[in-house]
Amino acid sequence: MVKGWRVVREMVRGAAITSRHFFVNMTFHTLRLFGLRTRRKGAVTIQYPEVQKALSPRHRSLHRLRPREDGRPSCVSCMLCVTVCPSECITVEAAEDPDPEIQKIPAKFVVDLNRCCFCGFCVEACPVDAIRMDTGEIRLATSSRPALEARLDKP
Amino acid sequence: MFGDVVIIVVKVVLTLVWTLLLALFLTWVERKESAVMQDRIGANRASVFGLRMFGLFQPFADAIKMLFKEDFAPTFAQRTLHWLAPAFSFFFVSVTMVAVPFGDTIRLFGRRIPLQVVDLNAAVLFVLAMLSLGIYGILVSGWASSNRFALIGSLRGAAQLISYEVALGLSLVGLVMVFPSLSLSRIVEFQGGHLFGFLPKWGIFLQPLGFVVFYLAGMAGTKRVPFDCPEGESEIIGFYTEYGGLKFGLFMFTDFLEVIVLASLATTLFFGGWQVPWLGDGGFAFPWGGGLKAAPWVVTVLRVLAFNLKVLFFCWLQILTRWTYPRFRYDQIMDLGWKVLVPLGVVNILATGLILAVR
Repeated sequence: MVKGWRVVREMVRGAAITSRHFFVNMTFHTLRLFGLRTRRKGAVTIQYPEVQKALSPRHRSLHRLRPREDGRPSCVSCMLCVTVCPSECITVEAAEDPDPEIQKIPAKFVVDLNRCCFCGFCVEACPVDAIRMDTGEIRLATSSRPALEARLDKP
Repeated sequence: MFGDVVIIVVKVVLTLVWTLLLALFLTWVERKESAVMQDRIGANRASVFGLRMFGLFQPFADAIKMLFKEDFAPTFAQRTLHWLAPAFSFFFVSVTMVAVPFGDTIRLFGRRIPLQVVDLNAAVLFVLAMLSLGIYGILVSGWASSNRFALIGSLRGAAQLISYEVALGLSLVGLVMVFPSLSLSRIVEFQGGHLFGFLPKWGIFLQPLGFVVFYLAGMAGTKRVPFDCPEGESEIIGFYTEYGGLKFGLFMFTDFLEVIVLASLATTLFFGGWQVPWLGDGGFAFPWGGGLKAAPWVVTVLRVLAFNLKVLFFCWLQILTRWTYPRFRYDQIMDLGWKVLVPLGVVNILATGLILAVR
């Protein structure tokens, strides 16, 4: 019997909380509908394509290869990112560079975004800080799988 | 004779269209209300020529989506029954609305037309019977799917609905004792009087306990969230697992129709139906003296408006309840039905009888 009353009390409290949210939010929605500027909004929703939230500086987005001064990628094809990648989504084909100072360059650097899990291990593994995930590009949806194989060595 | 047929057809069509439109937009109301309760905005992207109208076109977008889905039936299902089950579910709920009075009598072309499809003299029993027959939709859908999980879900649903049918019936006995009639229009007319000279003689003031039992049992009958053990779409598998497309849509639509039916029954039985407080046939007569004359058509419009506003209020309340409470466990549902609501219903009958006897 006592437990029953406690249940009823808690149910009334829950309904009070949700209906308070409803009426408070509805008030702000109505005021804003009639053009009154209120300090609070009725909802915390960000209307995504029109309004975009700034990404955090450490947000991991689409990969890029940091270029050297002459514009070619700074990757040295050491294969550390290929080794560390848990999704096995990076393919690197090494080639010799005419410049004797540079040992190897990537002839092909492909990140298969179909498989990539955006863990950022490749960024941490890179000894020359060549691969980065700071492009801020998060709209990666396409209508075909081949379009998701990102060639990073070609600009 | 011909005129009567025309009037009946017009009333049937209007009632059906109004109820279906209300159910259609109730899906929108549910989305928006839940969103506002949870500090969100809700569906607002469906647009016609760039006109968004707060997402009011969303129900039509949903309907079009469901229409164009594949009409899928599993090969192991029993085809005919699998087809019939959503129709059963939908029919028995929507047919309940014919007994509900939307307003008082209007005079048109020299006829007296009650704003009610049929004035059954046992409407309370008819409504209860039709809500009970709705169980067949659930049972047949689970059975015809030939899916064990769907069958178990439909058995859960049947057990729940049959249990709460008892409480629902018991809660209405006290009401029928107070308003000595089984006809819904008569019950509404009885509620036009006053208690102690000022309080409208509504069912809620005469039968508060009966209303609580009726409302909870009715909520259980709608199979929506606090009582959605039969469906359990998110975790457990329910009776319409093997349905897709428009047939699934019909089951969902039935749920919204049940919300409207429960709202209009609660309004009709316990909140005075189309009665506006202190509004008589000639106009308002306030308890603090004074009055306000009103033309007959104004009175009729006010009464129809009052009925619809009350129904909308109860729809709102049910959606609020649906988005506040988590699902009851199966044993909790059975406990609430048999150990709380049925005894409360019996107590209500006894107390009503005692009061009526000593009065």
